Amino acid sequence: MMAAVAARELADGEVVFVGIGLPNLACNLARRTHAPNLVLIYESGAVGATPSRLPVSIGDPALVTGSLMVCGMADVFQLFLQNGRIEVGFLGGAQVDRHGNINTTVIGDYQRPNVRLPGSGGAAEIALHAQRILIIAKLSPRAFPARIDFVTSPGQRVKRVITDKGVLEPDEQGELVLAALYPGVEAAEVKAGVGWKLGARPRLDRLDPPTPAELQLLREVLDPKRLHLKS
Amino acid sequence: MSMRDAVARYVRDGDVVVIEGFTHLISFAAGHEIIRQRRRDLTLCRLTPDLIYDQMIAAGCARKLVFSWAGNPGVGSLHAFRRAVEAGTLEIEEYSHFGMVARFAAGAARLPFWTLRDYSGTDLPRANPRIKSVTCPYTGEALATVPALNPDVTIVHAQRADAQGNTQIWGLLGVQKEAAFASERVIVVVEELVDERVIRSDPNRTLIPAVIVSAVVVAPWGAHPSYAQGHYDRDNDFYVGWEAISRERAELSSYLDEFVYGVQDRVEYMEKQPRLMERLKAGEQRCEGVNYGY
Repeated sequence: MMAAVAARELADGEVVFVGIGLPNLACNLARRTHAPNLVLIYESGAVGATPSRLPVSIGDPALVTGSLMVCGMADVFQLFLQNGRIEVGFLGGAQVDRHGNINTTVIGDYQRPNVRLPGSGGAAEIALHAQRILIIAKLSPRAFPARIDFVTSPGQRVKRVITDKGVLEPDEQGELVLAALYPGVEAAEVKAGVGWKLGARPRLDRLDPPTPAELQLLREVLDPKRLHLKS
Repeated sequence: MSMRDAVARYVRDGDVVVIEGFTHLISFAAGHEIIRQRRRDLTLCRLTPDLIYDQMIAAGCARKLVFSWAGNPGVGSLHAFRRAVEAGTLEIEEYSHFGMVARFAAGAARLPFWTLRDYSGTDLPRANPRIKSVTCPYTGEALATVPALNPDVTIVHAQRADAQGNTQIWGLLGVQKEAAFASERVIVVVEELVDERVIRSDPNRTLIPAVIVSAVVVAPWGAHPSYAQGHYDRDNDFYVGWEAISRERAELSSYLDEFVYGVQDRVEYMEKQPRLMERLKAGEQRCEGVNYGY
């Protein structure tokens, strides 16, 4: 469901900075359904990639084979990202706060962390330079606390947060509120998965479940080994 | 030159060492030789420390790590790294990917720093005081800066080079060119040594020229479990398996005993694992080639 909802966020012809995992599934689903001209750019340097297998890592060799261009990482960050050529960027993270700021660095104090996480990678600059940021993250009060311990990537450009129960959007003050619910989910379930008092749009959208065609692509073509899909 | 001689001659205790390659072309063969020769107090720099620096940290080679993303890609954590950081025994200096790329770019151009639009609204400058800012003398805009990174030695794995060190790479290019040009010494490790004529037949593919290369080492499969486009695939099973190996100190030590200290070089490493070649050998996908005539 998360992959299908994320795929529907992408318009044909858009230039997308793709991360590994669900964002990758979503982009490749969109490319095989409503957005055949989606341009997938991976931070490893593959531009216009058409991976024939689900990449386990962001630097998978299948991203190179048959792509439009392969460039060094200095070019990826300077000529594509900082140049403003990326329309959509996907981010995930251990913690997301009420303003869409993301922490992928540490839980606890930076010098003496309780849990040391991987760090920024390209997330800090993707958050600042992609025109529109989509976050994909599962709801839980630990993952969505009111305050996060470290801001790895700032939330100003976040347009949607795609969770496992519904979709959040920033309101006029930039605070995330509930905007849409998945089939069979009540608003209270989403609110229970968030560590602050979650507001809601006056009218909530009800999102359609994945179509049989979307499910077939996801389960049989894109992720047959269930690396990222649960069921 | 043999890997043993190249490391003995060009990698010294206390050096700032870079083994680059973004997922692709990571020289595990060189990392293992550095472990075998028991180098100490190294400052290890890489965008993604990956399994190779996790192994070098576990083996006690590292005093400090400079990095931008420290995980096992697509799998989870680097446990030796995490243990060392959470215990406070490894000094760290942390950037984002763009920040690390910019540091190599400054080093390669022999400038003291590089400017980039980055870090506003993030806590990274608070965590790392070496991330600073400068006012643009033309527009008045505040720009982030990162200091040049000039390693003592950079080690790059590649598909092929000639005996002089003219090195050709295809597939993902990472930041190897900038890292090599920024470095005082450069060791190139290749799948295949080729005649200079092969290099001259396709000069656009040369990423690193012989003029900056200190040593050329031939080590087929020297990037495993990383990969070399057109030669062998990434060993994703090994990356997944590293989670269980690295989670326990004892398990990790016995891995190093068997596959690093227990072999002399890459040839013996591969002989221990006869089925790797069959499982990971690359298929054929040739390019059309171009006309360099005039």
